[in-house]
Amino acid sequence: MKGETRNLTGKSSSTRAGFSHFSSSAYRASWGWRLIPFLVAVLVLVPIGTIISSFFAPTGDVWQHLVETTLPGVLVNTFWLALGVGSGAALLGVSLAWFTAVCEFPGRKFFSWALLLPLAIPAYVTAFVALGLFDYTGPVQTTLRSWLGPDLFWFPNVRGRLGVIIVMILAFYPYVYLLARNAFLTQGKRSLEAAQSLGFNRTQGFFRLALPMARPWIAGGIMLALMETLADFGTVAVFNYDTFTTAIYKAWFGMFSLSAASQLASLLIVIVFAMIVMEQQFRSRMRYAELKQSARAGRIALEGWRAWSLTGFASVTLFFAFLLPVAQLGIWAAVVFSQDFDQRYLEFLWHSLLLSTFAALLTCSVALLVVYAVRRYPDPVTRAAVGVATIGYALPGTVLAIGIFIPIAWVDNWLSEIAMQLFHIETGLLIQGTLATMLIAYMTRFLAVSHSPIDSAMQRITSSIDEATRGLGLSGWTMLRRVHLPILKGGIFTAATLVFVDVMKEMPITLMTRPFGWDTLAVRIFEMTSEGAWEQAALPAVALVLAGLFPIILFVRQTEK
Amino acid sequence: MSTLLELKNIRHAYGKQVVVNDLSFTLEKGEIGCLLGPSGCGKTTVLRCIAGFEPISAGEILLNGKAISRASFCLPPEQRHIGMVFQDYALFPHLTVVANIGFGLHRMQKQERASRVAELLQTVGLGDAGTKYPHELSGGQQQRVALARALAPRPDLLLLDEPFSNLDVSLRERLSLEVRDILKSQNATAILVTHDQDEAFAIADEIGVMHRGEIQQWDTAYNLYHRPANRFVANFIGQGVFLSGKMLDPRHVEIELGVLTGDIPHQCTPDCQLCGAGNPVDVLIRPDDIVHDDASPVQAAVVHKAFRGADILYTLRLPGGGIALSLVPSHHNHALGEKIGIRLEADHVVAFSQSDRAANN
Repeated sequence: MKGETRNLTGKSSSTRAGFSHFSSSAYRASWGWRLIPFLVAVLVLVPIGTIISSFFAPTGDVWQHLVETTLPGVLVNTFWLALGVGSGAALLGVSLAWFTAVCEFPGRKFFSWALLLPLAIPAYVTAFVALGLFDYTGPVQTTLRSWLGPDLFWFPNVRGRLGVIIVMILAFYPYVYLLARNAFLTQGKRSLEAAQSLGFNRTQGFFRLALPMARPWIAGGIMLALMETLADFGTVAVFNYDTFTTAIYKAWFGMFSLSAASQLASLLIVIVFAMIVMEQQFRSRMRYAELKQSARAGRIALEGWRAWSLTGFASVTLFFAFLLPVAQLGIWAAVVFSQDFDQRYLEFLWHSLLLSTFAALLTCSVALLVVYAVRRYPDPVTRAAVGVATIGYALPGTVLAIGIFIPIAWVDNWLSEIAMQLFHIETGLLIQGTLATMLIAYMTRFLAVSHSPIDSAMQRITSSIDEATRGLGLSGWTMLRRVHLPILKGGIFTAATLVFVDVMKEMPITLMTRPFGWDTLAVRIFEMTSEGAWEQAALPAVALVLAGLFPIILFVRQTEK
Repeated sequence: MSTLLELKNIRHAYGKQVVVNDLSFTLEKGEIGCLLGPSGCGKTTVLRCIAGFEPISAGEILLNGKAISRASFCLPPEQRHIGMVFQDYALFPHLTVVANIGFGLHRMQKQERASRVAELLQTVGLGDAGTKYPHELSGGQQQRVALARALAPRPDLLLLDEPFSNLDVSLRERLSLEVRDILKSQNATAILVTHDQDEAFAIADEIGVMHRGEIQQWDTAYNLYHRPANRFVANFIGQGVFLSGKMLDPRHVEIELGVLTGDIPHQCTPDCQLCGAGNPVDVLIRPDDIVHDDASPVQAAVVHKAFRGADILYTLRLPGGGIALSLVPSHHNHALGEKIGIRLEADHVVAFSQSDRAANN
């Protein structure tokens, strides 16, 4: 009788939440769990707070100088860049998504995943390849001159605004493509049929129905592309096209004014936050607009020149966004391989691998802890803390670097002062300029990247799975090892891969927070490209592209199954 | 009444796989037809061919006497004046209920459109939900919006693709009767596709039972049940078992429970040559053909019983070893293994020659 009662109460409590087997004795443990998301949230909030408060700090001469000279240009540049990349990526991404999702043309299957490949190349790599190829001294213009004479007045200036915009469109259109394609795949053909049964032809159906219905996804993709654009440092640095990120870098490392840099950063942060708010809006609309995938997703069969023109369109995009840069990198790398592949190159590689590995381990562990914390205590406050903790991804690397550097410098000074007063020891700087600073910065920025795959893997462990496991007599660590871990494994692996590659490609945080003389592949590329030594930049870039291909292949294999 | 829709020997194939083969039927104006069959029988494909979403490779589809689909011709769906209610409703999630229903009325004046939408909202009983979005509605409400949206442009023909399959069973029954009333009130001609016979019986005037891309029988619900044209229809519609028997003459057949007298001379295929005296046949016995009667000399053992509320469906082993079903009022509660008296009480005979046993299953 007693056993029965206990069984009943156990049942009713465990249906409320997965883990509610905790009595009052576990109350204190709950605080330990709940603290984790808050600590991570603080890690994000401190840099943001630091940057924003700097806006109200007293302004010095440097700031005045910046406002008069740099800032207007930066604002104009940023405006045109955002406008150009946003509309270009939208046009390219949406049209490619529609064609591959709804139409049938030669090579459609291949292109539907191959068009994601440009994501494997960091934008700054595409940028320096484009400059190396199409600039005045590059092979294309040189060849043209030898054929057509020295006067190539019609050839567009690659270094100009248009050049940056085109490079970024080619680098960032896959974000729009990916999301829009998802929307069109789930509802494109069906909504067209519904429109047709109500008397609209296909063209009307596309513009009046399919496009408006996919709007949240398209807008979400554009927002991602824009956030990447605003955060980009490497591409604009290669092109010498001043935006906020390069201005922040120059203010700090050129004019040695941390306060001016952080004031610039505070302006950038305002723009980014406006983006985040808009993105969240679109995302919430996506949730409502979700439709079930229709079983019969027959495609519009195109024939003759119409079909082949789509093949041509997709091929040209893929050629310029992926094949050409990769081929040129390969050629350059082959040329310089014998002289550049030496002890130093191995050192860059080693540094990159070391940083990426530690960052991936740290970030995934924290993400796991956060995910478990929410699983155990899914109250609104904890969830909100996780929301804040994962916002770091939206912060541009330059902003985050400054936002983390300032408080760490402050803590460092404070620590050395204490050490001085208490023990009379000259400690010097303890944290600043160490790998710890870099890892904290990476973790803050890339937590969202590792959080989402681990979180979605955790969603598959429903509370009834836990109950079934308990019912079979397993609990605690045994349950973790035999049930949770096997289910989470894939998600953790994906998360680690993504963070690994992202950290490897990351440029501004690495540049601005690394220990003195600590060079990675990305740093090497920055240094070589700022001297215009494209060939020397190619060898480290090849390693980055190879690493970058890995998660794309992983993703494609997962989704094409 | 005039013929609205005519399908003549249509054929549809995905690559080499023939999905619809040599299929024909006609539908009168104002009638509600139904294609009934197990999943994968090609019924939805027929619907999509009529709508113009799929081409046909042979045959002809005529609407109001005009060809809309032929082997190498397919009038675009938007020019057919055929409305469709999709299985997943395909409501436009970014539009309100009013905008969804009014979507197909783009050629109407604003005033006219508003009044038509209002009228339809009344008809489907959603008068106060006009400003809501699809995700704020229940499944049944969404279904009604989909119906109203398809009816709004007054299509010549309305197609309904498994319209109730996403609803729970209790709602399904009520809504299917309601939909019939709505369709009849709008004087609509419609074709419904479903795998659920209760649904088909509730809505349709005439039903085509489909199997492997072909229509096995196009008839009223009554005839499908009581006069199935072949073994497949007999098995698919309702419950029943086959008992071996022997034809005595074209009107009489003997089975172990007695001699059955048919009201029409032969019940197998029209060109049947086998129903003469002495031919072995399988006779379809429905649960209501066998009546419980304690006085009857024939005793059968209860093998299985399913309580149905008003009735109990008994599975019985006959003295000769055959199995039969019997529907008995539920106060006759017998235990498993018990022998009960039964009597054959059937006023017609459905029999199929034993030689085609394998052909249709």
